[in-house]
Amino acid sequence: MKINHSRIRRDFKLGLKNLLLHKLRSLLTMLGLVFGVGSVIAMLAIGEGASAEAMEQIRKLGSRNIIISAQKAADESGSSQDDVRMSIYGLLYDDAERINNTIPTVKATVPVKSMQHAARYGKRAIDLRVVGTTEKWFELVEREVIAGRVMTKRDVKNFASAAVLTEYGARRLLATSTAIGTGIRIGGNTYEVIGIVKSESSADGSMQTPDQMIDVYIPLSTAKEHYGDVFHQRKQGTNIRESVELHQLIVYVDEERNVEKTAEAIERLLALFHKKKDYAISVPLALLRQAEATKRTFSIVLGSIAGISLLVGGIGIMNIMLATVTERTREIGIRRAIGARRNQIVSQFLIETMVLSLGGGLIGIGVGVFIPWLVTIFAHMPTIVTLPSIVVALGISVSVGIIFGIYPAVRASRLDPIEALRHE
Amino acid sequence: MKEEISGAEYPVVFEDLHKIYEMGNEKVRALDGVTAQFKKGSFWAIMGASGSGKSTMLNILGCLDRPTSGSYFLDGHDVSSLDDDSLSDIRLKYIGFIFQSFNLIPQLTVAENIALPLYYQGVDEGHSEEVAARFASVVGLENRLKHRPTELSGGQQQRVAIARALATDPVILLADEPTGNLDSTTSVEIMEMLVNMNKMGKTVIMVTHETSIAEYAQHRLLMKDGRIDSME
Ligand SMILES: Nc1ncnc2c1ncn2[C@@H]1O[C@H](COP(=O)(O)OP(=O)(O)O)[C@@H](O)[C@H]1O
Ligand SMILES: [Mg+2]
Repeated sequence: MKINHSRIRRDFKLGLKNLLLHKLRSLLTMLGLVFGVGSVIAMLAIGEGASAEAMEQIRKLGSRNIIISAQKAADESGSSQDDVRMSIYGLLYDDAERINNTIPTVKATVPVKSMQHAARYGKRAIDLRVVGTTEKWFELVEREVIAGRVMTKRDVKNFASAAVLTEYGARRLLATSTAIGTGIRIGGNTYEVIGIVKSESSADGSMQTPDQMIDVYIPLSTAKEHYGDVFHQRKQGTNIRESVELHQLIVYVDEERNVEKTAEAIERLLALFHKKKDYAISVPLALLRQAEATKRTFSIVLGSIAGISLLVGGIGIMNIMLATVTERTREIGIRRAIGARRNQIVSQFLIETMVLSLGGGLIGIGVGVFIPWLVTIFAHMPTIVTLPSIVVALGISVSVGIIFGIYPAVRASRLDPIEALRHE
Repeated sequence: MKEEISGAEYPVVFEDLHKIYEMGNEKVRALDGVTAQFKKGSFWAIMGASGSGKSTMLNILGCLDRPTSGSYFLDGHDVSSLDDDSLSDIRLKYIGFIFQSFNLIPQLTVAENIALPLYYQGVDEGHSEEVAARFASVVGLENRLKHRPTELSGGQQQRVAIARALATDPVILLADEPTGNLDSTTSVEIMEMLVNMNKMGKTVIMVTHETSIAEYAQHRLLMKDGRIDSME
């Protein structure tokens, strides 16, 4: 007999009718699936929200970058009370050269010298966070130019007194695009404002993008000439004197697959020239991989929980359907006597289970969307309900309906019509 | 060829039917060599003591069961050794059942119960609704289409069952104690209805143990120990 769409529609209608006949029982039967599907979608949404945020932070650092930061070696941290001694640590100008010249997978290195200087623009006088770097910075950290231009190789070579403000720095100085071409005083030297670049906004991230906390960029050469390497700072009544050549080195690797290897090579190279470990290497890609691995583990745990709850839901459905089949033995006998084939009995009961599981799945989706919404509102956590999670959850619940519906349905169809008619 | 001809004249032909139930070592011969022909348009009452094989014969007649040996020609087709699906198809096409306990499906309406065999025949919904309404009025229930079986009296329920049996225009109507659950007044009503159907050309075969009910039939077949004792 050919497949008849109107018949399937009628079977669905009949299935729905039978389920509505026992509303409470149907609802209780669906409950397992409702919570199974609901929790899968909700947990995925919460996990997705958390990891998307973390990954976005890491991605901003650049997956082909290696970031080397200067840090005081462990045994020197105690000298901070000693206001005579000077701590000398951090990356060297030569480190940048050596890394660039000896490791073939390194495409570029960007040196960063971080300083703090009193600055004045017009009548406005504040402390600015200044970064001495090269034109490479702007190649690596692509940021939209709001006004003017960014630093060039020539600026660096010519020891130009040129300053590129970040959007954030410009705002602090109360400077607008009319500042381009005008003068700004930084730490007793006058610079020409040559451009303003957009800041990457990182609202509440724990991870720092390279250009966070920067007000102005000047050429590294100029910074070296004007300010040298020694910095004085008064912190809580103590004089801090530090000599640091470079605070950070951003290394750009030619291909993503070489990143880890390159990081190891850098580690070995730096160890040759630094007696103490006064630097830290961080590899955003490794962090990214780690975050991905964490997410995978999370997904496996989640999958197991989901699998168990759906299994329980499925067994619940099978249990009720078996009871239904017994309860409706007479009906099955009547249908068979009239001329229903076995497979028509199978499909009738299977469709009923599918309606049940589809209903459970749909209500479960409602629950699964609602819970993350509550979490976002009350716990202020980002959540992302993804379409695939909904599709998968619905698919699984319908599959559960089919898998756990087959046995009761086949059992119904195997009943001997004569016996079935005699039932009760 | 011979069957074709006899099929048109005799929709039901039994040739040496046996039905043996094995109960452990014991063999119960429920049918023990039954040969009979039922003419088209006839009305038969099958009678006999309890355990004489009436139900067994009716089940085989209705293609709900297969004989252990022998042949059964229904409308000229040998149906004695068909598989389950084919037997289902035969029941759907050739047979209308009327049971002692009505056997309506409680969650379906009167109209839906009558239309049930049409649904399995793949008749579209609109047409089967028409047919259901027509047969409901044949049995006098045109005002009860939307009712549930439980809202009807026994006699009304049996009339729904008759309408359902007629809906597919079957070759034979099989009735198993059709008045067994009814009072005498209603029984008369139902029997008159069956007589009418027979007059309109349906072959009716009915099992009963009541002589008064058997009176309505033209012919009587008496079973005894799995054999035909008499046919008249
Ligand atoms: N499914 C069965 N299994 C074993 N024996 C059966 C079965 N059905 C009927 N019988 C036996 O076959 C005989 C005929 O039964 P049945 O046809 O029901 O008689 P009736 O309907 O005339 O009372 C009886 O002895 C009965 O016990
Ligand atoms: Mg009997």
